[in-house]
Amino acid sequence: MSDEMINVLYFAWMREHTGTASEQIALPDGAQTVGDLMPTLMARSAGHALALKNMAAVRVAINRSHGGLKTPVAAGDEIAFFPPVTGG
Amino acid sequence: MAVRVQQDDFDVGAESRALQGPAVGAIALFVGTVRSLSEDDSVTAMTLEHYPGMTEAEISRIEDEARARWPLLGVTVVHRVGRLLAGEQIVLVAVSSAHRQAAFDAAQYMMDFLKTDAPFWKAEERGDQLSWVEARQSDNDAHAKWTQE
Repeated sequence: MSDEMINVLYFAWMREHTGTASEQIALPDGAQTVGDLMPTLMARSAGHALALKNMAAVRVAINRSHGGLKTPVAAGDEIAFFPPVTGG
Repeated sequence: MAVRVQQDDFDVGAESRALQGPAVGAIALFVGTVRSLSEDDSVTAMTLEHYPGMTEAEISRIEDEARARWPLLGVTVVHRVGRLLAGEQIVLVAVSSAHRQAAFDAAQYMMDFLKTDAPFWKAEERGDQLSWVEARQSDNDAHAKWTQE
């Protein structure tokens, strides 16, 4: 049982699919990378599963730096999921 | 160094004048605007959202990389967020240097990296329909050419 928390953010259409901009979740036991979070996140709702089903179309940032599924995670981290950026 | 993310419009003349100085011989300015013609449809407005905190950090990182490549004297980046109407200004990248080549090149470099790395997302309005803009491969290509040199 882990009570170590991470903060998960969603932007653009991922926020619309998940229905939330930000949520605190317990770091799953044994999770070491962003990829290890995916089963827990996808199980949160049908919208989460839809938003996260094609990770090739999703970008990840860890503590506000670009990362990926293999980037390590730890309690207290801020993990953001978003579509490829379209600013400028 | 000045990176600003804001809803308000910006004054290109004022931003340019703010970069003037005794050692400055060149100021390059890029302004991006809201295009109404997109994929043969009429876009009336767009709404930009961003990732506060990461946006400023990414643009500052891009600026640091540009300063490491060219002898820049001043850099200003202003990016608007919120709802913008067709024709409005979205982004300003302004760079000053002693000579023009560094200013031209650094402005282009910063825009190319801003396009692929800075966490902004656009949703376009057509009538009452709102749709998220998809990323363009041409932007990835523009980014990649700087790393292939």
